[in-house]
Amino acid sequence: MTPLLQLGGVSMAFGGLQVISDLDLHVNEGEIVSVIGPNGAGKTTLFNLITGVYQPRSGDILFAGESIVGLAPNQITNRGIARTFQTLRLFLNMTVKENVMAAAYGHTHATVVESMLRLPRARREEKAINALAEEKLAFFGQRLMGYRWNQPAYSLSYANRRRLEIARAMAAQPRLLLLDEPAAGMNPVETHEITELIARLRKEGGYTILVIEHDMHVVEGISDRVVALDHGVKIAEGTFEAVATNERVVEAYLGLQTTETK
Amino acid sequence: MSDSTPIVDAPVHDPEIGADEWVSRSGDRTTRRGGLIGRAEHELMRLPGTIRFFAFFGLLALIPVMTSDDYLIRIGTVTLVFALLALGLNVSVGYAGLLDLGYIAYYGIGAYGYAMLASSKFGVHWQAWAAIPTVVGATVVIGFLLALPSRRLSGDYLAIVTLFFGQIFYTLAVQGYKVSLLGLNKDLGLHSANWDVTGGPNGIANVDGFRIGSTTAITDHAYYYITLAAVVLVFAALHFANNSRTGRAWRALNDDTLAAQVMSMRINWLKMLAIGVGAGVGALAGTINGALLQGAFPDDYNTYVLITIYAVLILGGAGSLSGAVLGAIVVTVGLEALRPGTEFSDWTANGRGLFYVTILIVVLTMMRPWRRVLAVLGGTVVFGILLHVIIGAAWPRGVHGGILNSASTFDHGGSMGWAIRHWLVLPAGTFQTGGYTVFNYLVVLLIAMILGLTLLKGWMRDALLVPTIWLAAEVYEARLIEEGSGATRFLLLGAGLIVIMAKRPQGLLGKPRVEIV
Repeated sequence: MTPLLQLGGVSMAFGGLQVISDLDLHVNEGEIVSVIGPNGAGKTTLFNLITGVYQPRSGDILFAGESIVGLAPNQITNRGIARTFQTLRLFLNMTVKENVMAAAYGHTHATVVESMLRLPRARREEKAINALAEEKLAFFGQRLMGYRWNQPAYSLSYANRRRLEIARAMAAQPRLLLLDEPAAGMNPVETHEITELIARLRKEGGYTILVIEHDMHVVEGISDRVVALDHGVKIAEGTFEAVATNERVVEAYLGLQTTETK
Repeated sequence: MSDSTPIVDAPVHDPEIGADEWVSRSGDRTTRRGGLIGRAEHELMRLPGTIRFFAFFGLLALIPVMTSDDYLIRIGTVTLVFALLALGLNVSVGYAGLLDLGYIAYYGIGAYGYAMLASSKFGVHWQAWAAIPTVVGATVVIGFLLALPSRRLSGDYLAIVTLFFGQIFYTLAVQGYKVSLLGLNKDLGLHSANWDVTGGPNGIANVDGFRIGSTTAITDHAYYYITLAAVVLVFAALHFANNSRTGRAWRALNDDTLAAQVMSMRINWLKMLAIGVGAGVGALAGTINGALLQGAFPDDYNTYVLITIYAVLILGGAGSLSGAVLGAIVVTVGLEALRPGTEFSDWTANGRGLFYVTILIVVLTMMRPWRRVLAVLGGTVVFGILLHVIIGAAWPRGVHGGILNSASTFDHGGSMGWAIRHWLVLPAGTFQTGGYTVFNYLVVLLIAMILGLTLLKGWMRDALLVPTIWLAAEVYEARLIEEGSGATRFLLLGAGLIVIMAKRPQGLLGKPRVEIV
């Protein structure tokens, strides 16, 4: 079976700085893969390469067997990859519900003239987008429900913004979800909740998930497979236990001297 | 709910799906403005949008029925044309956040396009149903073409490029009376080596009114209703567009272009679409203006008009359709109301009345508590009377001036005039005949004092406010009013807009925007 996502020999550099070197990575359909590594390891750059924000210097990226290198980010999203941002890039001045509805752009087709005249296709699509947004927001229990639908996104708390980012990515109807540090800035209770949520995303949403995460409890709780990056190079891959005890990983996180502390 | 009721005894609501206790009571926590105005506002906002929409435009439709004054109808039409222009500009500036300074070109192309298709300029006299869609459609295409090279630009860069497009249009319109087709004019069957296309600085005159069949719209009433219909239709269409996938995408790329693109939006196409749709609305306004003025003249489509359209939109609140309409009303009607009709008997319809009433309203609404209001107003009255007495003792001629009246002469101006003459220092023959250039310097002093007000706080500010208000009235009566229909009303309108924008940076009906939280 061909993997859903496959990177082969991907390299990326900013000027003279090599950020990703000759990286091979694959994610199978239905899998949850975590990417870990210290700050500056190239994890977010990896996401930017997959989503077309950056173009790789060399190597190929295949999604469902087809190369997506050179496609614009919106085209890649339409192929079935949606992401969240580590730095939270919501549409702050739009309402919570509109944020989710906006992401349905790629798989709807009414032209602006149809929308202006409220022609049948525009009305039908609008209804469907509404239902889709409500369904995606309901996925988060009461967190993003009720009056919050009509509040501007900037009024949300930090944790709720992270949830909204996920809901927005879901509304693009992807097969592969890229989650960039979904638990960053969350308290322990919320972190626990996010761990369960990611599991539910696969079970109920049917998404394949590639996730960057620093919180090892989350990584341990969700991952089928863990990939560790350091300075743009894959230094370990395997189950959580195997990677977490891998010498090179411990070294990358803690330095050479302290290989005895886990 | 009364404060004494403990929460545990609160009536149990039917459990709503997805709403906990805190969520379901969010309405109770929103702060509301008190008093009669707050109550009226609340009740008004509870009405469905459709009802407010039809009530408001229905009211506008009644204006020609209530008055037969052609002058008022004319102002109404100009207001509606500006409303239409602001609605169009709102698509690129308000929704998509593209600072399109070339917008004036689309307005001009609309007017010139209609003028060329329906006048004796080229001997073609198209009917309205053919000319308007042709011109609007062509302008949308031009909008797309102009957006094509600039679609990757944003912010300041886009502003510079589009400003350039606007200037190109103006230059073409002014210079377009001597078009040379590679020097082959005569070989191509033209009579002159300089082919006159736009009429140059004189523009195109004797343009037909809108004609359908054998009926031609000529009356002011007709154009009022035509423009009103255009505003209503465009308003509704843009409202629907704003709440569609395209409108949400426009607003999304305004907030975060990269995130919008990653969320599947075709941002370059959407930018071009925003400029194209705006161009179409601008051209529609242009055709109406061309038919209304029965001509297309370059100076109606220059940068000054562009700035007015921006003032309308920003004052009303970029991003808000009703704001665009309200902004047009405030700016256009405001400019007319500031003309110095100087009859004291009619305080509502003259600039002088507006001047004093506005100052009074601003002091009354912005100052708390009442003691301060009384102290400042009382202080201003006493300050003026004292100054009048002191200067009058030293220089008797200095307080023997009259009040400028509607016949542009000076008289005593009735009882209100009496009060003003004994409060201010108006020298005989006030400005023109007396030649007191000192008042020019007092204008400068007034501006300095207003700037000073922004630097001070507390009682010092109140203390400075007293001579400032007095000086404003002094400068107005002794100097500004003489040029009331010229520079003064623009000056006063500008000052008013600054005050409003300082108080409400998001515009009258705009929502406050957040860039980064």
